[in-house]
Amino acid sequence: MAGQLTIAKALNDALRKSLENDPKTVLMGEDIGKLGGVFRITDGLQKDFGDSRVIDTPLAESGIMGTAIGLALRGYRPVVEIQFDGFVYPAFDQIVTQLAKMHARALGHVKLPITVRIPYGGGIGAVEHHSESHEAYFAHTAGLRVVTPSGAHDAHWMLRQAIASDDPVIFLEPKRRYWDKGEVGDAADLGLHDARIVRPGTDATLIAYGPMVKVCLEAAAAAEEDGRRLEVVDMRSLSPVDFATLEESVKRTGRAVVVHEAPVFLGMGAELAARLTERCFYHLEAPVLRVGGYYAPYPPSRVEEAFLPDLDRVLDAVDRALAY
Amino acid sequence: MTVKSTARARKKAAPGVPDTLRAKGTDAQPELVQLLTPEGERVEHPDYPLTTTPEELRALYRDLVLVRRFDGEATALQRQGELGLWASLLGQEAAQVGSGRAMRTGDYAFPTYREHGVAWCRDVDPLNLLGMFRGVNHGGWDPNEKNFHLYTIVIGSQTLHATGYAMGISKDGADDAVIAYFGDGASSQGDVNEAFTFASVYNAPVVFFCQNNQWAISEPTTNQTKIPLYRRASGFGFPGVRVDGNDVLACLAVTRWALDYARSGNGPVLIEAFTYRMGAHTTSDDPTRYRLAEETEAWKAKDPIARLKAHLEKEGLADEEFFASIDAESEQLGLRVREGVRSMPDPDPTLIFDHVYAEPHALVDEERAEYVEYAASFEAGENL
Ligand SMILES: Cc1ncc(C[n+]2csc(CCOP(=O)(O)OP(=O)(O)O)c2C)c(N)n1
Repeated sequence: MAGQLTIAKALNDALRKSLENDPKTVLMGEDIGKLGGVFRITDGLQKDFGDSRVIDTPLAESGIMGTAIGLALRGYRPVVEIQFDGFVYPAFDQIVTQLAKMHARALGHVKLPITVRIPYGGGIGAVEHHSESHEAYFAHTAGLRVVTPSGAHDAHWMLRQAIASDDPVIFLEPKRRYWDKGEVGDAADLGLHDARIVRPGTDATLIAYGPMVKVCLEAAAAAEEDGRRLEVVDMRSLSPVDFATLEESVKRTGRAVVVHEAPVFLGMGAELAARLTERCFYHLEAPVLRVGGYYAPYPPSRVEEAFLPDLDRVLDAVDRALAY
Repeated sequence: MTVKSTARARKKAAPGVPDTLRAKGTDAQPELVQLLTPEGERVEHPDYPLTTTPEELRALYRDLVLVRRFDGEATALQRQGELGLWASLLGQEAAQVGSGRAMRTGDYAFPTYREHGVAWCRDVDPLNLLGMFRGVNHGGWDPNEKNFHLYTIVIGSQTLHATGYAMGISKDGADDAVIAYFGDGASSQGDVNEAFTFASVYNAPVVFFCQNNQWAISEPTTNQTKIPLYRRASGFGFPGVRVDGNDVLACLAVTRWALDYARSGNGPVLIEAFTYRMGAHTTSDDPTRYRLAEETEAWKAKDPIARLKAHLEKEGLADEEFFASIDAESEQLGLRVREGVRSMPDPDPTLIFDHVYAEPHALVDEERAEYVEYAASFEAGENL
């Protein structure tokens, strides 16, 4: 498997390995069988593992989520595919009222090792409900783990770690990066909830996850031409957050800009800004700034570039941070 | 021509619904499976034969009486401030005991929040059921110990869990079946309808047991459906049966049949137990605002315990000594529940942080430590 893989192929391979390693692992979702899913992430898996391991479901998201819970109670390890971000809402009730809480309600007697894979985010020119970033809803709910890879290596290993976890994991896949290639190593080099410094720097810290990591790396490369050395941290995990890594970086650079696609208001950035301010107050040279989507429904695709943070908006924020 | 007369003309011209398609309404003379009349006469049903020994009949009677007693005790404890809320099963004992006793050991029950009688049949300690209503936990027992899942407050959610569990049974090639309890109100929920779809297309061994107690808080069944509920099943491609929910023998026979049908690979069955909630929806409800006393009185005549008692007496299957012994046992149960609830300790507040996750979670650990330190500061007198 090692070598250059797209994120899509890395995910496919992670699912394959998980199906091979544990006969209790089952995949469930719409069109994941013969079609291999609308993004082909499950390509070939039903052919090789059969339709009782790779299950094409009725078109009912609450049904998929609720029956996955039942299967988990019976000792299975379901990996659920939600076709697109905007279609997880019918399953939201099952996720927040049932999936997130059952372990606690049973005082630990039952486990729900369920992974919910959701392709999320914009930038692919899609129609309505195919471009949303709803990570804050899930991260806000105790009982769920929320993670999102930004490259092929993490896509592969984080998915395997998520499936192996005894907790429910919301696994957000940056769909506009599905076709980006990267080297996939033969072991997980980080824990599922560790952040990664993907580019070291000294002048300010850019904090991002999923699809925005690439934008931040581009911004850091552009800034270097102006003699600014920006550090880029890939959060990887949104619940829990690896605050130790973030804090360490921000204390060193004295400045932080959080970048995500979701609306800024009450998004992940709000939480990070508050906590980093609390913990790094005497090290900060500027307030923690946020770059993200506007407080508006995700726009039609012809104007989505105006909604999504891009290199220039990130650099503008860096300028503001450095001007303090 | 005035607008009014046009409307009238249209109304007249509108085609009528063919008689065969006309909904019979939900409270039309119900087509009930019955094996024991309200007067206590044994009757036969060609599709659901049942042979019972006198011991079995007496055991069912005991279940009914003790379950009612437990429920009454809990209602009283709520009134005395020992429980925050109680959802009484009064009137629904036969539906629960009949279906509960139809289960085999390996079968699994997914209840809503009123299935105290089913829990009894699964041998779940009645005190377990009270923790949630007292506010010391949100569930608290190990569902796998007696194959009785946690109570579910969100209406209809558990029907999907039951279906998924049943799908797992099929995958395991096991010989077990699942029973999912829900109410007539819940039948309107998307989850219940999604459960019907999944169960049907995957042939899942699950019996959907709807206790139609005529009311969803203040809403009558006619607010949920225009056809009798058991007929919903046919649209999903599986059998539906309506049973006299106040007849413990009919509930037993029909559920036993349905579980066997499901476990044999035929797929799901819907049972509508036609019954009545004699009390309030919960202890915070006031049924006098929405239903007539006459209605409740009429259902009293169909009381599930009275009819089995009448049968036992008529047939000479139980004597005074038996009834006295059940009454004595009932007193003991009441005492045990009363004392058990009163001595139920409040949990340590750190319960908040227990079992949020199966594996360690940094934020939970951090907030627990924060809380523990804060609480300790009071003991040390720092915050005085
Ligand atoms: C999704 C949801 N909506 C509303 C409620 C509030 N509620 C609790 S019980 C109930 C009525 C349920 O009626 P039914 O399903 O007939 O069951 P019954 O209580 O009569 O046994 C309602 C509306 C709830 N628990 N869950």
